[in-house]
Amino acid sequence: MKNAIGVEIPEYIEGLGKLEPFQGVWKSIIEDEVPSTNISRTLKAKKPHVSKLCKNLEEAIKRCNPFNGMTVTCHHHLRGGDGVLMQTIKILDEMGIKDITLASSSLTSAHDGLVSYVEKGMITRIFTSGIRGALGDTISVGKLKYPAIIHSHGGRVRDFLTGRIKPDLSVLAASSADEEGNATGAHGPSAFGSMGYADIDARYSRNVIIVTDNLVEYPCVPSTIRQHFIDYVVKVDSIGDATKIASGTTRITNSPMDLRIARIAATVIEHSGLFKNGMSFQVGAGGASLAVAKFLREDMKRKGIIGSFMIGGVTSYGVDMLNEGLFHSIFDVQSFDAAVSTSVLNNPNHIEISCDQYANPNNCGSMTNKLDVVVLGALEVDVDFNVNVITGASGEIRGASGGHSDTASGANLTVVVCPAFRGRLPIVKDRVHTVVTPGESVDVIVTERGVCVNPSKPNLAAALKKAGLNVVDIRDLKEEVEGMTGVPAEKQLGDKIVALVEYRDGTIIDVIYNVENLSQ
Amino acid sequence: MLYIPGNNPAMIQQAGVYGCDAVLLDLEDAVALNQKDAARILVRNMLQTVNFYETEVCVRVNNFHTPFGLSDLEEIVPLQPDNIRFPKTETVADVKEFMKEVRRIEKEHGIKNPTMSIHVMIETAKGVANVYDIAAADSRIDAITIGGQDLTADMGIIKTPDGVGIDYARKRIVMAGKANGLDVLDTIFADVNDDEGLREETEYIKKIGFAGKALINPRQVDVVHEVFNPTENEVRKAYRVYSEYIKNKKAGIGVFAIDGKMIDAPVVQRAITVLEYAKIDLKEIEKNAVSF
Repeated sequence: MKNAIGVEIPEYIEGLGKLEPFQGVWKSIIEDEVPSTNISRTLKAKKPHVSKLCKNLEEAIKRCNPFNGMTVTCHHHLRGGDGVLMQTIKILDEMGIKDITLASSSLTSAHDGLVSYVEKGMITRIFTSGIRGALGDTISVGKLKYPAIIHSHGGRVRDFLTGRIKPDLSVLAASSADEEGNATGAHGPSAFGSMGYADIDARYSRNVIIVTDNLVEYPCVPSTIRQHFIDYVVKVDSIGDATKIASGTTRITNSPMDLRIARIAATVIEHSGLFKNGMSFQVGAGGASLAVAKFLREDMKRKGIIGSFMIGGVTSYGVDMLNEGLFHSIFDVQSFDAAVSTSVLNNPNHIEISCDQYANPNNCGSMTNKLDVVVLGALEVDVDFNVNVITGASGEIRGASGGHSDTASGANLTVVVCPAFRGRLPIVKDRVHTVVTPGESVDVIVTERGVCVNPSKPNLAAALKKAGLNVVDIRDLKEEVEGMTGVPAEKQLGDKIVALVEYRDGTIIDVIYNVENLSQ
Repeated sequence: MLYIPGNNPAMIQQAGVYGCDAVLLDLEDAVALNQKDAARILVRNMLQTVNFYETEVCVRVNNFHTPFGLSDLEEIVPLQPDNIRFPKTETVADVKEFMKEVRRIEKEHGIKNPTMSIHVMIETAKGVANVYDIAAADSRIDAITIGGQDLTADMGIIKTPDGVGIDYARKRIVMAGKANGLDVLDTIFADVNDDEGLREETEYIKKIGFAGKALINPRQVDVVHEVFNPTENEVRKAYRVYSEYIKNKKAGIGVFAIDGKMIDAPVVQRAITVLEYAKIDLKEIEKNAVSF
């Protein structure tokens, strides 16, 4: 069956079940009550005054009665510095547990070690919002038993609430926790900020273990995760390396090209009609996206604009803007920079939120639905404004869906920033290799060689032209770029489906086939 | 004007997208001796293939007295970039000799109506001494520029942040340029991480009459534009002055007053300069200015 963007979707995949094709950004999301088989929270009980403390993670996992075919979840708040997920998988493997479904909120370079567990079939299914590095290559060549599911951040919450992901064991790192499992990422030697993604795991998993390297006197104040969801608590020497949270993504780039693109994007925002007091704003970390914040900051100061809120993955740059009074508040689901944790802890206007509140398409208060402007990156874009943020030049999985499609669907203005070409590869294509965010939800694509406005927004195009911006037809831009780079040869792909891209409403928007001859 | 090394294809292909008014593709100081031929061939080919959009393109050739100068001219002149820059110009004779070769090459290539203008670059004490004559040496010269790095070296001084050592040269070159109706462009600011220093220097050179500044990094473009671009208030004021000027002119009045201040020809000329910097069409103002 074909979905709304013309991608052939299988009706059923062994190990994953029946699939629904993507119908359109809001076609499958019904207002008010959604008819579905919602799961309820696990009924649990503990007798009075029984300690939850375990001597180590192994003991805690044993107490959770692990079994073959179980679903294990972790969060990725420690990003490249995470040390808990790999410890968990190693222990489960040593216990002889097999056929694991891994449902971490995202997977980073800290998880390259999963390759051997995938190759030997200990991990057979993966649900996640991002896959990179060696693990991405391994999945791309078809070594994971069942296709990986790439979901959005909001889609993950929906998957929990509809039972598509049924977590049996959640092992959640915290930078401070007490003996009952009240836990936080905002203080302690390994502070990493918000625990927004972990919140949903704590609420809906059958067994929840808090792992901390900083066990504090009861109660842990303040705490994000509360004790009534927690089964066991483990004190370890280290949960990872909080200094690797940033991985260079929170510094303003020095790249003249990224800065140029960012300058143009900020000008687009300024003339979009949304640049006014009360504006809400989200920007990605790194490259041209974060640099837009630099120019927006200058423009807001120049024009005396005070925004309402910033949202999303929060950088120390965003915190600086909050402290300068350029925004009233920050809603923080994930901190991109360990330094942000101090603000989470001390500033009441820096509000930690769960991923449910951030981006779940099936609730009544998703923050992404209140967003005015979002600036997002792209690996590729196409003439229909579809965006790929997951597969690379050879078709390999090397990126993250994250909140890309969530924020694009809700924002009044979705701006995608990317260079017109990278090296010798054109970025504007007839069709992106993998659609993560449908063009229907993308308003403007900003490159150094022109600003492309979705034809569905003629008034916006007129306003940007009037402002003197170089507004160009995306097909003309594609031709111009291909005139310089040539048209790359088709990718060598096999016929095995290695991953499915799940849109935030649970439908399938694209299919990723195995890559042949991926140079390692 | 953004300087781009002539042997860097990645930078040349992006030259037109940074929003600067002009780019200088450099075959001279930015290129090592063993790269001179490669740079010349690269720039020759890039001039024919790269879209520089609205950005003016200038090529700085090597000085005529080096082994590379004539070869540079042979390759570049036939392509008629917007301008060609003659570095280390010291005398009128230099200009005459340079222009003789330029015209010879143009003739050999059948270029009857050359569009390329000439920028002369003053980088030595001798050049500074002769600058009034140099500026008037050929009708195709439309800009004159100071090379601060070479000039300080020639003078045996260190270029200080306050620029005091080249201050006399700057002002003399400005006067020579203005006396001949030329655009006068300032030297580079070397510290690409010092935006405030760049801003201060640009504000100074704007005050003493320069029309623009050389840049060595695209990150410097915005600062220089911010300094040279008139403020919204300046544009509004200039618009009002020019609009009132047109109305009064139609009524046969040469000198008039706005808010009690006298407006005469020099004030109107300054308003026109502001409006031109702001890229405001004077004809539109003339159309909208209803006579009394």
